[in-house]
Amino acid sequence: MASVLSHTNFPDSVGLVTPQRSTFAQGLDLACGRRLPEFELVYECYGELNSDASNAVLICHALSGHHHAAGYHQEDDKKPGWWDDCIGPGKPIDTNHFYVVSLNNIGGCHGSTGPRSINPATGEVYGPDFPPLRARDWVTSQAMLADLLGISCWAAVIGGSLGGMQAMRWSLEYPQRVRHCIVIAAAMKLSAQNIAFNEIARQAIFSDPEFRQGQYLRDNVIPRQGLSIARMVGHITYLSDDAMADKFGRDLHSGSFAQGAEEQLEFQVESYLRHQGSVFSESFDANTYILMTRALDYFDLAREYGDDPVAAFSHATAAFLVISFSTDWRFSPGRSREIVAALIAARRPVSYAEIEADQGHDAFLLPIPRYCDVFTAYMNRVRSGD
Amino acid sequence: MRQDLTHIKQWIEPGTRVLDLGCGNGEFLLQLQNERQVVGMGLEIDHDNITTAIGSGLNIIEQDMDAGLSNFQDNSFDTVVMAHALQVVHYPDQILEEMLRIGRQAIVTFPNFGHWLCRWHLLIRGRMPVSKFMPHSWYDTPNIHFCTVRDFESLCEDKSIRILHRDMVAQSQRGHWAARLYPSLFAGTAIYHISH
Repeated sequence: MASVLSHTNFPDSVGLVTPQRSTFAQGLDLACGRRLPEFELVYECYGELNSDASNAVLICHALSGHHHAAGYHQEDDKKPGWWDDCIGPGKPIDTNHFYVVSLNNIGGCHGSTGPRSINPATGEVYGPDFPPLRARDWVTSQAMLADLLGISCWAAVIGGSLGGMQAMRWSLEYPQRVRHCIVIAAAMKLSAQNIAFNEIARQAIFSDPEFRQGQYLRDNVIPRQGLSIARMVGHITYLSDDAMADKFGRDLHSGSFAQGAEEQLEFQVESYLRHQGSVFSESFDANTYILMTRALDYFDLAREYGDDPVAAFSHATAAFLVISFSTDWRFSPGRSREIVAALIAARRPVSYAEIEADQGHDAFLLPIPRYCDVFTAYMNRVRSGD
Repeated sequence: MRQDLTHIKQWIEPGTRVLDLGCGNGEFLLQLQNERQVVGMGLEIDHDNITTAIGSGLNIIEQDMDAGLSNFQDNSFDTVVMAHALQVVHYPDQILEEMLRIGRQAIVTFPNFGHWLCRWHLLIRGRMPVSKFMPHSWYDTPNIHFCTVRDFESLCEDKSIRILHRDMVAQSQRGHWAARLYPSLFAGTAIYHISH
């Protein structure tokens, strides 16, 4: 079951990993009322599942995340998985003790069934016809993966940002299958400002002539410009003002302010954002981006519990760790404190840490010492079986 | 374990819900959990203490009491404890009200500024007391609201707070009888069990 092939060249890492793929022929009834007749999930597993399957941890990914959370696919990979700082031997989610499962959600564009997959009903790619998804659909499909892997109860379900929302949804949908729920840099629902930024991103994609009402794959084109702008807008919301000032300030990438210099100036921050947008537009699917941002916008933990988060969390039986970051303005510490207040009122065991960090929302991906200390301390509790 | 904390335990019923304001590294909560099977939660702001307490399996909320406790519902705990923190908060009177809103009962401990040694310092030397027990200089101290045993009881009277029990701890074992007999002069630490 373990997909770790080699530790030798990657001492602080889970090493080389191979993604796995499973087909779920039974299909999935979605929250929108439609049905996925069958679907595939791509996932990676790190560490060893123990004999009573009590050490399994599920990683839920955020907006643009995927299954490759830790380790390397090839010896010469420049970068490890997206959460390698937190998953691996001796790291907060210690693979010497935990069996870690990380998947690409349905609707994604990294191998699991999504808008780029073939719709069995038509024989063509789903494209814009892929059904809209909610966080609960992801949770349901993740539970089916848990069944397949023989995991009846997760030691912990862990996620940052949109991943944290899935973790919270898990605690309500399958309370008996989650011992600990770790919610990092998340919120119980998006604010108007959050939705507004997502809408700018979607409109950027829609307005790209190459988008072609989402049928760009059929015409063999990509709405690069739209996706790129969408990513640029998103990226700003992941960073803090201070982080951008530190990283770029008003430094110039090209041109000069000297008298007589007519050449167009380019600030470092412009160049950086354009680069990020360009790289993203080559690797991410526009329909997936639209689907994911909408799932984010629609997420409201307490909607079906009379808009009462305390009533919602009363259905949970897990213990919670909530973490926020001081300069995160996308999902600020205040949003995490709302989660904590609801959990306290619902009499759930909960711990909360507010990490001083300059990096904004992105801090949850970074090896910030105090963050890692708190995370590690809590994971030791998870490990002790408490 | 500090002596004031061992005294507190007697007033906490087994199996009840306890909120510890300024719980430090969680040592006391852990004892209460192990010995009295309480359902405990701690508030703390010191980073290392928070990590240690979380690592001990305790439920710890990083929160500054001075920013308010409005995220805690009325009567959501049986006992709210605040040990040796009354003198560091901005509004001790409001914290006391909050403790008795959140909890059915509260337990407060604080250093008695009326202790004879403090009086001696002021009377003879004309200086703010500095001792092993209160090691800070007046200009650089977390202790911004010192009070005496009599001050505290007068505040309780003004706020119609009932004193269910009080206990006094001397600065040394030998002085214990004196602390109980003449707390205003000889109590190093005052311990109050209060309710509305």
